[in-house]
Amino acid sequence: MFSWQTQPLTGLNFLGMVIGAVIVLMVVLVVVMYTIYFERKVIGWMQNRIGPNRVGPFGLLQSAADVFKLLLKEDIVPANADRLMFMIAPIIAFVPSFMVLAVIPYTAAHVFTAGLNVGVLYYIALSSISIVGIVLGGWASNNKYSLVGGLRSAAQMISYEIPLGLSILGVIMLSGSLNLNTIVAHQATDRFGWYIIPQIIGFVVFVIAAIAELNRTPFDLPEAESELVAGYFTEYTGFRFAFYMLSEYVYVFAIASLGTTLFLGGWEGPFLPSWLWFALKTSLFIFFLFWVRATMPRIRIDQLMSFAWKVLIPVALFNILLTGALSLIL
Amino acid sequence: MYGSNFVFVLIFLALGALLPISSLTIIGPLLRPSRPSRAKETTYESGLEPIGDARARFNVRYYLFALLFVIFDVEIVFLYPWAVEYRHLGAFGFVEMLIFILLLVIGLAYAWRKKVLEWK
Repeated sequence: MFSWQTQPLTGLNFLGMVIGAVIVLMVVLVVVMYTIYFERKVIGWMQNRIGPNRVGPFGLLQSAADVFKLLLKEDIVPANADRLMFMIAPIIAFVPSFMVLAVIPYTAAHVFTAGLNVGVLYYIALSSISIVGIVLGGWASNNKYSLVGGLRSAAQMISYEIPLGLSILGVIMLSGSLNLNTIVAHQATDRFGWYIIPQIIGFVVFVIAAIAELNRTPFDLPEAESELVAGYFTEYTGFRFAFYMLSEYVYVFAIASLGTTLFLGGWEGPFLPSWLWFALKTSLFIFFLFWVRATMPRIRIDQLMSFAWKVLIPVALFNILLTGALSLIL
Repeated sequence: MYGSNFVFVLIFLALGALLPISSLTIIGPLLRPSRPSRAKETTYESGLEPIGDARARFNVRYYLFALLFVIFDVEIVFLYPWAVEYRHLGAFGFVEMLIFILLLVIGLAYAWRKKVLEWK
């Protein structure tokens, strides 16, 4: 099997890496389009509606039609906005969302994955950069809704980043590595099985913090349309708006992939090929996120902030100490 | 070669930047109309004439949470290397981290008591 990781960096290997990265990009774009379709269908069914069913068979081309519609829309920059910042903010938000996918092990063959020894840290560090894009977009729009939406978003995302980081620590303590490939390999041989079993508290904290990081219901306050119109992207139109949406859904895929890798055994599984196992587990994770969205009402901002600091962080710290104590005893 | 991994990351950076930049500055202008008008470029404020601009003062609470975030994020950065080496450190490492986490919990409890964590 071709693998650029074990070989010296030659022109041919470089070409292979570029092709691998382009394949990841293409797959991600298709996955994101069908994630949006899947979300609309699932929520439609849960609310006793049909969901999109007009464009193409079963509405399968609905998301593609939406993308082309946005591509054809005028790109309006408000006269009062900070023009340069307004224009680059969606790009700053999007680039990290795609970059984090470089370390996710999709298959048993590591052709599409950078086996960084700091994989988990790389993910957490890069995903924080998107917050800059969001605050910048909100500030540069020079619109009160955008500003408040952007600031709320930032406050929420930085607050929930801490429990997210702490919940992963338990996994790292068990596997002794930040490399996502090694973490997957460890789960196959660990005596407790996948880390969702020994790290069940960590997993619960991870899922809650992940939903909040994604600004999704029940934590979608930055986009609370009844008070803030559309939050930080109120002033955005056309394809710039599309890139905010795109980065949001790429993060849905990324965080589901990360959760799969850390807690659900990654691509490990019997009989089926490894990529299919990965796809199944990730789809299950994504389905869960949509299920939560269809079930829960939005919570208030004071509840949101105090939940992160007064519940999730103490629980996550407790989980670290528990993991530490138990792995000393057992 | 381990360095190749970082080259792969750089390729992702280049592709991730290329996609929005090319579609926004090269392909986009060919496809979309551009008919700016004054009314279209006004700031949206629920259909009313915008009052002032958004360069206004906003609540200090956001800064307090930002400060707390910095403290706890640095804590996480300290915990990561410890967690990687945890299996080799044994009981000594556990006690040491217990003290470290205890100090931070005291900080969190102080912030809690001072009502920094309340959002009113």
